[in-house]
Amino acid sequence: MRSNGPIERDLAGSAVSGGDAGGAVGDAREAEFQALIEADQRIEPRDWMPDAYRKTLIRQIAQHAHSEIIGMQPEGNWITRAPSLRRKAILMAKVQDEAGHGLYLYCAAETLGVDRSELIDLLHQGRQKYSSIFNYPTLTYADVGAIGWLVDGAAITNQIPLCRCSFGPYARAMVRVCKEESFHQRQGFELLYALSHGTPEQHEMAQDAVNRWWWPSLEMLGPPDTESTHSAQSMAWGIKRFSNDELRQRFVDMVAPQAVVLDLVPPDPALRWNEERGHYDFGPCDFEELRRVVSGDGPCNRQRAAHHLKAHEDGAWVRAAAAAYAAKHAASAAA
Amino acid sequence: MTEEAAAPLWEVFIRSKRGLSHNHVGSLHAPDAEMALRNARDVYTRRMEGVSIWVVPSATITASSPDEKDSFFDPAADKPYRHPTFYSIPKEVQQL
Repeated sequence: MRSNGPIERDLAGSAVSGGDAGGAVGDAREAEFQALIEADQRIEPRDWMPDAYRKTLIRQIAQHAHSEIIGMQPEGNWITRAPSLRRKAILMAKVQDEAGHGLYLYCAAETLGVDRSELIDLLHQGRQKYSSIFNYPTLTYADVGAIGWLVDGAAITNQIPLCRCSFGPYARAMVRVCKEESFHQRQGFELLYALSHGTPEQHEMAQDAVNRWWWPSLEMLGPPDTESTHSAQSMAWGIKRFSNDELRQRFVDMVAPQAVVLDLVPPDPALRWNEERGHYDFGPCDFEELRRVVSGDGPCNRQRAAHHLKAHEDGAWVRAAAAAYAAKHAASAAA
Repeated sequence: MTEEAAAPLWEVFIRSKRGLSHNHVGSLHAPDAEMALRNARDVYTRRMEGVSIWVVPSATITASSPDEKDSFFDPAADKPYRHPTFYSIPKEVQQL
């Protein structure tokens, strides 16, 4: 009547697992699942859920986790060359947060019955993806500012609605992530503001970073609604709350007036306030480029994947040593 | 050795401040309890979110089954007299 096992973990293949519940029992479970979704209740790991819901969540949460971990690389690149001790402490804290966010998310994915090591293998085999944005290079320290302001700004726009995602552990992880992410955006804004109001060379450096990160940040919110493959079902399941295009509009509306305060000009001649719509108009994104970067052909895809694999392999002896130490002490405690 | 065997899963509980109970915040992998505590500090308390941490091997937790939640929690469902709102009190009694 009770099951031993991880508190927040579905035991893969056990009776509570979805999909195999056929006939009347299956129908009743499906109906109960639907009723919970429609009542805007949360689904918890050991509840029955359709296989496709579970698979969609594993794919999305793993991709999100990988993005946080791969996302440490572009900025980590600058830690040793930070312009001041203050900036260095901030950047280290930020990159450490990204590691933490990755771990919250792997933890949420694991409640669905997969193991983190399986997900990391899938990443290394190129069978799971991460956000397109981390395949762009960071050429100057101003990029740290542009990433904080634009990339983290876009991420927050995407993540705030995920705090109400129908899957409990994912939603709870996102609440934590969003709380921490707002420091990321503010430090980026402050950095760009300092550069923009510094020497003409510094201003130019900030403008150059914004020129390079603007479009990729808009594109990272996903393909247009007309081409988005997973959107409709994810909306019906309460995993996704707003469409990619709605999120993109929300993001542009947020950052366009901030660019004025920064005294930096987004590289989009079509960007202007539309009184009638009550929103900013903006030019078309290059979704062909997004497709190219997502499918592995961005400026840094190979470098990012190779670096992650190397770090993982270089760390193998640490994991082996810690496991051996734990095994030895468990044995001597038992003796 | 697989990650699961070398570094099993631990559930993390944090007391956010004195006077409050420990709450479940998530899980992590670690080879032993000491490493689990240290990892939990780094992952879950980077902004002073806690004054005390518990880590518990996930495999040792016994949980009620969602399949029997109706029957399991049934006994409490038909006892409204356990709540103060069940009782009507004359209006002139202002506080009770």
